[in-house]
Amino acid sequence: MKYDGKVPSGPLAEKWKNYRGTMPLVAPNNKRRLDIIVVGTGLAGASAASTLGELGYNVKCFTFHDSPRRAHSIAAQGGINAAKNYQNDGDSVYRLFYDTIKGGDYRSREANVYRLAEVSTSIIDQAVAQGVPFAREYGGLLANRSFGGVQVSRTFYARGQTGQQLLLGAYASLSRQITLGSVQMHNRHEMMDLVIEDGKARGIIARNLLTGELERHAAHCVILATGGYGNVFYLSTNAMMSNTSAAWRAVRRGALMANPCFTQIHPTCIPVSGDYQSKLTLMSESLRNDGRVWVPKKMEDVEALRAGKIKGVDIAEEDRDYYLERRYPAFGNLVPRDVASRAAKQVCDEGRGVNVAGLAVFLDFEDAFERYGKSEANAHGDHNPSREKVLELGRKVVEKKYGNLFEMYEKITGQNPYFTPMMIYPAVHYTMGGLWVDYNLETNIPGLFSLGESNFSDHGANRLGASALMQGLADGYFVIPYTVGTFLSKEIRTPKIDPNGAAFKATEKAVADRIGQLLGVNGTQSVESFHRRLGKIMWDYCGMSRSAEGLNKARKMVQDLRAEFYKDVFIPGSADEYNPELEKAHRVADFIELGELMIVDALDRNESCGGHFREEYQTEDGEALRRDDEYTYVSAWEWPNPDAGDPTLHKEELVFENVELKTRSYK
Amino acid sequence: MKLKLKIWRQKNQASKGTFETYDVVANEHMSFLEMLDVLNEDLISQKKEPVVFEHDCREGICGTCSMVINGHPHGPNGGTTACQLHMRFFKDGDIITVEPFRASAFPVYKDLAVDRSAFDRIIQAGGYISVNTGQAVDANSVPVEQNVAEAAFDAAACIGCGACVAACPNSSAMLFTSAKVAHLSLLPQGQVEENQRVLNMVNQMDAEGFGRCSNVTACEAECPKEISVANIAMLNRKYFKASLASEKKVQ
Ligand SMILES: Cc1cc2nc3c(=O)[nH]c(=O)nc-3n(C[C@H](O)[C@H](O)[C@H](O)COP(=O)(O)OP(=O)(O)OC[C@H]3O[C@@H](n4cnc5c(N)ncnc54)[C@H](O)[C@@H]3O)c2cc1C
Ligand code: SF4
Ligand code: FES
Repeated sequence: MKYDGKVPSGPLAEKWKNYRGTMPLVAPNNKRRLDIIVVGTGLAGASAASTLGELGYNVKCFTFHDSPRRAHSIAAQGGINAAKNYQNDGDSVYRLFYDTIKGGDYRSREANVYRLAEVSTSIIDQAVAQGVPFAREYGGLLANRSFGGVQVSRTFYARGQTGQQLLLGAYASLSRQITLGSVQMHNRHEMMDLVIEDGKARGIIARNLLTGELERHAAHCVILATGGYGNVFYLSTNAMMSNTSAAWRAVRRGALMANPCFTQIHPTCIPVSGDYQSKLTLMSESLRNDGRVWVPKKMEDVEALRAGKIKGVDIAEEDRDYYLERRYPAFGNLVPRDVASRAAKQVCDEGRGVNVAGLAVFLDFEDAFERYGKSEANAHGDHNPSREKVLELGRKVVEKKYGNLFEMYEKITGQNPYFTPMMIYPAVHYTMGGLWVDYNLETNIPGLFSLGESNFSDHGANRLGASALMQGLADGYFVIPYTVGTFLSKEIRTPKIDPNGAAFKATEKAVADRIGQLLGVNGTQSVESFHRRLGKIMWDYCGMSRSAEGLNKARKMVQDLRAEFYKDVFIPGSADEYNPELEKAHRVADFIELGELMIVDALDRNESCGGHFREEYQTEDGEALRRDDEYTYVSAWEWPNPDAGDPTLHKEELVFENVELKTRSYK
Repeated sequence: MKLKLKIWRQKNQASKGTFETYDVVANEHMSFLEMLDVLNEDLISQKKEPVVFEHDCREGICGTCSMVINGHPHGPNGGTTACQLHMRFFKDGDIITVEPFRASAFPVYKDLAVDRSAFDRIIQAGGYISVNTGQAVDANSVPVEQNVAEAAFDAAACIGCGACVAACPNSSAMLFTSAKVAHLSLLPQGQVEENQRVLNMVNQMDAEGFGRCSNVTACEAECPKEISVANIAMLNRKYFKASLASEKKVQ
């Protein structure tokens, strides 16, 4: 079966406007009668729940966190894109659209991406009105910086805490709706399953995480804004609790998972330091505005570095290989993430990694200190400053831009990056794959919508920096409030959904049974140990580079791990109490199944595109070899029961009417 | 390094807690929470219940981690959350005490996990600007002086962790509340509703059972985001002004 993206007809730039103007609406008196469940309070969920509440719907919102403000979005650092063209540097809606399509390696849907670019400007207006303290110029206007894969400055930022400030804005709006009574908030409640009645999504089973009680919640439709699944790799930059279970449970009920193998490995993260490591820390991409990436040219320097005999600063300029500037002169250090990560892996594979494990490259700010220092000195009328003075002034400017990141680096590594170059290495960061949705952000299950990182919709095979915050807020503030009407306008005569219906009871029982099954194993190995092993398999075989041989091997390993999990996992405590180990077990069980599907997807895609690099498909100089003739489609996988056979692939062919498919070049 | 941990264990809200002592072997590269992970893995391998502690981002931004380490909320290092504290600040043989944030408005759920939902309710009382989606004017139509925006940011950097309350002998939530008031009051967008906001948030704070501020300033010293007590002074001024204004209205 082919899946229809329901893209409206008409010229690209008119689609959303015309569609919005002609789509069915729900009258205010009817909105009051309609219930909506929103799961998640990250940027996507909080913005959706508050806006739907403002419109007059009855919203029930869920998060497993103790407060909506703790969602993983809080950790986003570098910024948010918008086609405001405040810098007058040639930006436009079309350019943001084009950059995003190209950055995604031509594996996303044109119409969705265009709409994203179109509404991006309203997001900034909305955030400023909520009191988000974006960075400003001396004149009081908003400041911008650049991110990878683009040649304009369109990224708005709030120091290195843009996600925090945007989420606090959305959380404030949500809090206001909670006070006004239009949103009923359920903190510390985890969605355990999706309830489908007569083929439509009508509710969820949630577990009260403090008491362990299962609850049935009903609504006319369900919106999942539950974030990404990067933690399938165990080590990632995601928050520890981020997981796939809400989306995966929807897949188990018939939803399709799209492009699951499209994972973003971020080039600039603090390298792994030991086996006990629980997570990895991102150093924002914004640093590549000013930092230069390099490794030594000579092996003897590499060896001396590893032996601790010399430091990065001791290596002479001519003995450094600024490999990104060398290979990609047009974009230099600001190539997209997938390209930068792969290049780092290549130099480390060549043996030129700069830490003891050989898995790190330098990110060096010396040039930036000098450049900024000189202009500061000039600005203060000092035209002949000493080098030391210049560096000192420059460090101050850099501190203003990235102070919290430098501080975070020092806290973790114990090294001061103002005086020694940072060491960085790629790490899992974001998942472009997610629940398949159409133009309305509705999954193939009627009444089930998915927003933010939990859907697959806008980033193709690689996401550009500062575009996830944009997408989450676009989906929540400006898309779903309209498109949910396409479903709900047909439901105005549907009475309140009864949470005591047969489907609810059966689903609740299935959840209770699964919890019983997990606790009943009573084996010997911790949940954590399974998660770690899964992560290692995924990183080794389905990470930065993949091959058919490795993937086949990995699939078997994951299947074996799954069998072992259900034979030997040990979960302390019981089901009727606050039990974080039980929560984790449920999530890891789902990660294992998703992991297998990612491998299957990576095997199916016999090409290299974006973050998906298949070793068999590369050009002579090691660049990705995309195969548009065969793979210009979205892979939408159906896999309601992993015990009953292989997943089924549905293809949504991607049609490009407005851009010409080109080999991505950043040279 | 070998460490002795004295950790508060409490089964649930109703039960009485007690300190238990554990031995753990750590190394200096670990974070404090990773050291607790090692302890928990060890407990699980003995089929014992692991220590419940809350955490998520592990990079000092989500405000979830909350524990008192050797008498200090988030541990002895200034400007650092518990999750950012690294073991290189401890040495072999150390005895470390770990207990939950203590305040009557933050009841203990289990071990080190406490209920901080009172903070959400303070924000719900008025910690927002009343603007619906789609009503906003162009972002650059209201310039904001750079240093004003920076000052608003400094206050907005609060992560809602509650260490200020845990640090305060009166369990006052003034630093948290004042940070939000200051953030919004400094910006032109937030000034319109200022009076009502201040009154509502302070009333809610009192209703939640947080204590009065008596200028001890332990909150500032322990705040991982170094939120300034100058915000409290600002809140007091605004509260006074707002009270007068509301009295006038009544007259
Ligand atoms: C370190 C870091 C830095 C980043 N920096 C940037 C940046 O500078 N710019 C940018 O554009 N992007 C950035 N990103 C990416 C971006 O932050 C995320 O993609 C985005 O915030 C995801 O938002 P979301 O609303 O989709 O999901 P999330 O913020 O992950 O929220 C998920 C929500 O769902 C809830 N939830 C999940 N499952 C359940 C369940 N079963 N039951 C109940 N509730 C559930 C959670 O409690 C949470 O509230 C960064 C990511 C990381 C990791
Ligand atoms: S003011 Fe400081 S200590 Fe208090 S909640 Fe905010 S960040 Fe935490
Ligand atoms: S775990 Fe997020 S601040 Fe400590």
